[in-house]
Amino acid sequence: MATTETMTLNMGPQHPSTHGVLRLVLELDGEVIVKVTPHIGYLHRGIEKLSEHRTYHQILPLTDRLDYLAPMSNNLGYILAVEKLMDVQVPERAETIRIIMAELTRLQSHLVWIACHALDIGAMTVFIYAFRERETVMEIYELISGARMTSNFFRVGGLSQDVPDEFVKKVSDFIDVMPGYLDQYEGLLTTNPIWLKRTVGNGFISAEDAIDLGLTGPALRGSGVDWDLRRDNPYGGYEKYQFKVPVGEKCDTFDRYKVRLVEMREACKIVRQGLDRLKPGPVLADYPQVCYPPKENVYNSIEGLIHHFKIASEGFAAPEGEVYQGVEAPKGELGFYIVSDGGNKPQRFRIRPPSFVNLQSIEKMSLGTMIADLVAVIGTLDIVLGEIDR
Amino acid sequence: MAENNRAVLKLKEKFASSIIDVVEFRGEVTVTVKKDSIIDVLMFLKQSLQYNLLTDLTAVDYLGKKEDRFMMVYQLYSIPNKDCVRIKTPVSEVDCSIPTATQVWRTANWLERETYDLFGIIFEKHPDLRRILMTDDWVGHPLRKDYPLQGPDREPYKGRLS
Repeated sequence: MATTETMTLNMGPQHPSTHGVLRLVLELDGEVIVKVTPHIGYLHRGIEKLSEHRTYHQILPLTDRLDYLAPMSNNLGYILAVEKLMDVQVPERAETIRIIMAELTRLQSHLVWIACHALDIGAMTVFIYAFRERETVMEIYELISGARMTSNFFRVGGLSQDVPDEFVKKVSDFIDVMPGYLDQYEGLLTTNPIWLKRTVGNGFISAEDAIDLGLTGPALRGSGVDWDLRRDNPYGGYEKYQFKVPVGEKCDTFDRYKVRLVEMREACKIVRQGLDRLKPGPVLADYPQVCYPPKENVYNSIEGLIHHFKIASEGFAAPEGEVYQGVEAPKGELGFYIVSDGGNKPQRFRIRPPSFVNLQSIEKMSLGTMIADLVAVIGTLDIVLGEIDR
Repeated sequence: MAENNRAVLKLKEKFASSIIDVVEFRGEVTVTVKKDSIIDVLMFLKQSLQYNLLTDLTAVDYLGKKEDRFMMVYQLYSIPNKDCVRIKTPVSEVDCSIPTATQVWRTANWLERETYDLFGIIFEKHPDLRRILMTDDWVGHPLRKDYPLQGPDREPYKGRLS
């Protein structure tokens, strides 16, 4: 009598659709997935351990390297946590620029998501288009921080420097044209029969399961849970902005796609509101125990130079206590949990990465489907391994 | 204030003997409970008070600073009520284990694996307690305070010598 047995297939860590060094061990019955075992940690750099040996200002560049597609969101989460710990009030201009940049970062990250997700499923045109728009965001990054990816632009208490004059025009021009580009992507995908066949019903996860598995961000909202930290637990000045929170219904890959597209349109609106609010003023809090002095003082006076040296080398002592700050990063809730023992370095520095927790539901989403559907599930989860492995 | 927090009020009513400490710092409420009642507390918070989302689960190493070396930390959100609370419980080095929270939230699975991997805390009855970030044959638990920054076989870093 003929018997059937399952086959084990190794997918990754070098695989074009695993978005980095993710390794999945699949157990297959024919082409149907019976079991998925993710293996992660190939990119583990020990950022939490490293951070426990650095002063609070020195940790900031490490956070750029978590989700390297959305560096400013990581920066924002981290400095908000430190500002909460130190009880620093940030000037309004700095707050507004931070929100503009955080939303541009969301656009940038979602552009990479739509590009790679569509490419994985076979729509190459979208990839080229989305990377063209991403380039503009990169140029804005370069304009204000000098770096295209690891921006390291925000500071505890404000920003490292004010933005140049052409910033407002460049951002304004970009968000004027962006909705048109989004229409273009939608024209290529939303009613495309191949896209619909690949995404509708794929990666189903009910609202209950999504909460139980700790999903956050667009992946949770795609399952119909109306939860957005920007609105429900506002941070960094988001309570002053009006925006809609899109929610899906069918809990599948297509609904998560729609949620992210609406989020991009809303991000454009938030950036526009931010530009309207932008008024001249200081970009760094007047709190010399914690913040760097303005650059003019550093270059032109000995007191400023000493101050800068002291903050850069010794840092500042944080009061004893613990804070947790979660922000709505493009991929979900990014949390920073800092335990201070009263010294100038954290006693415990914990990063709650959205991708790590979201990746856990890959098994729930892909069991019983084909391998090709697993590729769509990886795309819709929108993971970045730099953040998963830390 | 911490005394008026709905979770604190209910927990004081129901688990009065298990609560060690209630602290509020920068508007965040932290409740420390005894280890043997942690699962009951979490289950009660989830089922009766609608703290349905476990955001984060981790540990802190207080080597030489506290009597019980480790502190487990659970961050909870209530999606219907839009509020949050932090639950902590001490774990001693001698009895370095704690019941798993996977029976309350499935998301605890990987978070507990990570805590086991980096701190060496054993989660009793965990369905799949393996290392997750480090390799399977790794020796030691890197986030412990007595684990050297550059690893066990290297000279400790002494800062820039130039």
